[in-house]
Amino acid sequence: MATRQTRTLARFMMAPSVILLFIWMIVPLAMTLWFSFQNYNLLNPGNVSFAGLFNYKFFLTDPAFLQSIWNTLAIVIGVLVITVVGGVALAMLLDQPMFGQGIVRILVISPFFVMPPVAALVWKNMIMHPGYGVLADISKSVGLKPIDWFAHYPLISIVIIVAWQWLPFATLILLTALQSLDEEQKEAAEMDGANFANRFWYLTLPHLARAITVVILIQTIFLLGVYAEILVTTNGGPGYATTNLAFLIYRTALLGYDVGGASAGGVIAVILANIVAIFLMRAVGKNLDK
Amino acid sequence: MARAVSTRRKIGFTIAAWAVALMIFFPILYTIITSLKTEPEAIAGFSLIPSGTLESYFAVQSQNDYFKPFINSVIISVGSTLIALVIAIPSAWSMAFSPTKRTKDVLMWMLSTKMMPAVGVLVPMYLIFRDTGLLDTRLGLTIVLTLINLPIVVWMLYTYFREIPGEILEAARMDGASLFNEIVHVLTPMAVPGIASTLLLNIILAWNESFWSIRLSAANAAPLTAFIASFSSPQGLFWAKLSAASTLAIAPILIMGWFSQRQLVRGLTFGAVK
Repeated sequence: MATRQTRTLARFMMAPSVILLFIWMIVPLAMTLWFSFQNYNLLNPGNVSFAGLFNYKFFLTDPAFLQSIWNTLAIVIGVLVITVVGGVALAMLLDQPMFGQGIVRILVISPFFVMPPVAALVWKNMIMHPGYGVLADISKSVGLKPIDWFAHYPLISIVIIVAWQWLPFATLILLTALQSLDEEQKEAAEMDGANFANRFWYLTLPHLARAITVVILIQTIFLLGVYAEILVTTNGGPGYATTNLAFLIYRTALLGYDVGGASAGGVIAVILANIVAIFLMRAVGKNLDK
Repeated sequence: MARAVSTRRKIGFTIAAWAVALMIFFPILYTIITSLKTEPEAIAGFSLIPSGTLESYFAVQSQNDYFKPFINSVIISVGSTLIALVIAIPSAWSMAFSPTKRTKDVLMWMLSTKMMPAVGVLVPMYLIFRDTGLLDTRLGLTIVLTLINLPIVVWMLYTYFREIPGEILEAARMDGASLFNEIVHVLTPMAVPGIASTLLLNIILAWNESFWSIRLSAANAAPLTAFIASFSSPQGLFWAKLSAASTLAIAPILIMGWFSQRQLVRGLTFGAVK
């Protein structure tokens, strides 16, 4: 049906985005790869030489690397568990008949629109601060000693803040999926005598499986790169206690001026992200076929 | 009887849902309340009733020149979104209306560029920006944000355009509509809602982007994300001032977000959940 003319036109219309994205994808990535094999320090830019695999060895054997991988995983998994479990529960609650459902929805979704630096600073100073925070006020009012969150539980504190930002996203997507569940199916199950636990396990959860997959995959992509929340609260510390892979690369590059080392770290981060990405693409791709 | 029970149930759910919703919203609410307090009030212990002073708002402007990063944020987020739309509309259009065998692959490939972790290319981007003089310029940040949001813009537009039935165009043509009429009276009205949602969601994403906007800017082009991040080094008593700056930074986007929340799911899941 498409004539040659329209096909040429279509190609012409596609060209700008394809070319731009191609350059954006290839040029910086190729440079990262190139730098990762060089001895290149910004403090000594005249002295660049081939390094072989030294940067990779340096980055991979740095004790901070293993710590950062662990921290990255802890943030990703911690936040995923909180947001998926909390999101399913919350979505099921919001799906019930109630007064003011629209306003409740708006209140619940709001944290998602708060920029990361604001979310992190508000939590750090006004909620979790051991002297003036709301949680400290609550502890004091019941006679307990306030918890110094960022001194004693820095990683958990970061996980809480990030989970607060992503819980609305999970809830909204799961709620949307829940609303497409057939009302008649639910009634039929109820009439057949299925109790709440059975209905949840055999009807609701399988129905939500796809949405949960999408939530996990999309959040993972963003959670691997958590950055601003760490920067404004702990700056990666104490020590390396809250340094994730993204933050370690930033430290190596812009605080250590080590272009080679940071690039090797960058390549490792790209490889890790790609493993996740393959799964996401499959999930989204399946939908495209429908 | 059944009705009475269901009303009771409804009231129960209402109380539970409102309690949870208010807890989730609380940090935002408390920020707004604190912004209306004086500094000594802000650290005087828990209180939901502020004195209602606006002095923190004035302080943020007079001491920190709030207006400058605000304008930077507006220019960068709106600018990058508009440029991305201009580039993406023709692509999404052609993929939706004259798809080829490779359309799906192209779409998936575009999405894959989004998976690239920002830190993976931090070093080269920093060096490129330094050497081309784009570091700490609004133009530089606009370019980066255009590129990182372009795949999402193409995808969102594509999912919207795909729902416009092609037969309508043919019908209009059969009725003797000229190309001009076809575009103005048939296509545009059907495409505008999708374009508007895409615009809104991408302004939100660009406004809140907190990696490149912090790393590639300094005093000159810093948008609100970088401005707020600079509050992380405490400067004496600043709770109320931080709250005022935060409230100003999130208010416009919060309101836009409330309007676009229904399209949000679709936009952010690339049409996988509707």
